[in-house]
Amino acid sequence: MSWETVIGLEIHAQLATQSKIFSGASTAYGAEPNTQACGVDLALPGVLPVLNKKTVEMAIAFGLAVGAELPKKSVFARKNYFYPDSPKGYQISQFELPVVSTGAIDIEVNGETKRIGITRAHLEEDAGKSLHEDFHGMTGIDLNRSGTPLLEIVSEPDMRSADEAIAYAKAIHELVQFIGICDGNMQEGSFRVDVNISIRKPGEPLGTRTELKNINSFRFIDKAIAYELDRHIDVLESGGKIVQETRLYDADRDETRSMRAKEEANDYRYFPDPDLLPVMITQEDIDAVRQTLPELPAQMRARFIEQYALSDYDANQLTASRATAAYFEGMVKQGADSKLSANWITGDLSKALNRDGLSIADSPVKAEALSDLVKRIMDNTISGKIAKQVFDAMWQGEGSADEVIEKHGLKQITDSGAIEKIVDDVLAANAGQVEAYKNGQEKLFGFFVGQVMKLSKGQANPAQVNELLKSKLS
Amino acid sequence: MSLQVSEVKKIAQLAAIAVEPAEFELVSKKLSNILDVFAQLEKADTGGIEPMAHPLDQTQRLRDDLVTEINLREKYQAIAPSTQKGLYLVPQVIE
Repeated sequence: MSWETVIGLEIHAQLATQSKIFSGASTAYGAEPNTQACGVDLALPGVLPVLNKKTVEMAIAFGLAVGAELPKKSVFARKNYFYPDSPKGYQISQFELPVVSTGAIDIEVNGETKRIGITRAHLEEDAGKSLHEDFHGMTGIDLNRSGTPLLEIVSEPDMRSADEAIAYAKAIHELVQFIGICDGNMQEGSFRVDVNISIRKPGEPLGTRTELKNINSFRFIDKAIAYELDRHIDVLESGGKIVQETRLYDADRDETRSMRAKEEANDYRYFPDPDLLPVMITQEDIDAVRQTLPELPAQMRARFIEQYALSDYDANQLTASRATAAYFEGMVKQGADSKLSANWITGDLSKALNRDGLSIADSPVKAEALSDLVKRIMDNTISGKIAKQVFDAMWQGEGSADEVIEKHGLKQITDSGAIEKIVDDVLAANAGQVEAYKNGQEKLFGFFVGQVMKLSKGQANPAQVNELLKSKLS
Repeated sequence: MSLQVSEVKKIAQLAAIAVEPAEFELVSKKLSNILDVFAQLEKADTGGIEPMAHPLDQTQRLRDDLVTEINLREKYQAIAPSTQKGLYLVPQVIE
C-alpha cells in the first residue's frame, strides 16, 4: 500500500498598515536599519504596547472572507524564547483565544473543488532581522521589522499533495490582496508559508510531522514538499523514525535540513500578556468591517461567468486581482463587448504589461481607451489584426484609438466598390492560380484572400473580401 | 509538589538564568513552594466561573493606525554597547 501525504500550512501575512501593531513606528519597507524602531520595538524599560485598531479590523475582514467564527473576546499571549532579534525575550502573539476561529476556503485542483479548513488566524508581531555578515565576529541586528503586524493563518491538515498545498497558498495569497489586508509581496517577506508535512498509510492515524520554514515562492513549496516527502518515505521504509522538528528549506541546494537541535527550544511557555487587556469585538465592529469588504474572488468569478457569459478560464484570469477585474468592468461599462474585452486583457494587454514589467494599474492604455479600440473592431472600422497595430501605437503614446486610426489611415475599407476593384486586380494578376482553383485546388482560396489583404494593406473588410471572392470564383 | 534538580536546570535554561550548582537545592525548594500555592488554588471550585485573562475588568483600547514615532536612532544607539552601520551588534548568533 502506498503512502498518503498529509499537509497543513501556516501562512504569515504581513498586514498592510502604516504603523506597527503595538507602536507608532512606520512599517515602510527598505528604510535604513533601525530608523523605524522606536522604544516599544526596542523593548526599552517602561514602555507599553498599544494595539493598532487597523490590525483588528483586517483580521475581522479575513475572518469574514473565509466564513470564520469571530469570537467576542480575544487575548494576546507571550511566546517566550530568546533570540537577539526579539529584544523583549518574547513575541506578543495569541494562543488560547485567537481573533479568528474556524473557517474554510475552497480550492480547485484538476477541475475539482475541495474545501480546506482553516483552524484559526491570530495576530502577532514580527521579529527583527539578524545580519550574519562579518561584523568582527558579531551579529548585526536591524529592528525595523520588529513589531510589524502579522496575521498567522493556520490550516487544518486537509491537503494531500503539493498541488493542493500550492492551490491553497495561492487562494489565500489572492484573497488577502483582494480584501486589501496584505500586499502579497513574497520577495519582501510580506507573505511567508511554513509547511507541516507527514505521511501515513491511508486510514491510519496522522504520522509524525516536520515543519518546513523559509519558503518564499510557490515553486519552492513544490520542491520543498517533494524533497521532504522522499525523506520521510526513505526514513520510514528503512525502519527509522521521523523526528518532530523544524527544518529549513535551502533553495540553492534544494534540500531541507534540521534547524533546531534542542527540543526544549520549542517550549514557549505561553501565558496571557499582562500588558494587554482582552480585545472585545462587538457585532457592530464586525458589521462595520463587513460594509467595507469588497466582492470576494469566488463570488466575483461566479458573477462574471453569469453576467458576462465568460468561460471559467476568462473569469479566473480577470478576477486574479481587483485591479484586473476593475479594468475589465471599466471596459464593459464603456460599451465594449465582454468577450472581446476579456480577450484583449488576457492577450495583448497582459503581454505588453509583462514585457514592460508594469502592473495593470500602471498601464499606459487605460480601460476607457482600450474600450474605444474594441468598439472600433465592433463597428467594423478596423479589423482585429489592424487593432493590434493600433494598440501598439496607443501603448507608445500616439493617442486615442481614433487618433491613431486617422493618423495612419488604418480605417477598414468597407466600400464594396473599392474592395471589388482590388479583388479584380488580384484575380487578373494571378490567372494561373484562378485556373488551378477552378480545377479543384480549393485551398488556393486562402491565397487569394491573402493577396487582397496585402494589396489593401490589411484594411479590406475580411467578410466582404470572402464574399466577393466566392462569387467571382464560382 | 517538589521539583527535581533536572527540572530546575531545564527551567533555568529556558529562562536563560544562570543557576550555580550550589543553588539548585535552594532554588528547587523556593520554586516548589510557589507551585504548592498554585496547587492549593487549583483545589478551589471554579465551575461556572469564566476564566479571566487580566485582573482588570476592562477591555483593550485601540489606537488609530498612524505613524507617530520619529527616527531617534542616534539617541537609542548612544547607549548601546556596540553598533555599526546603524545596526546593533550582539555576540554572534549561530543558527
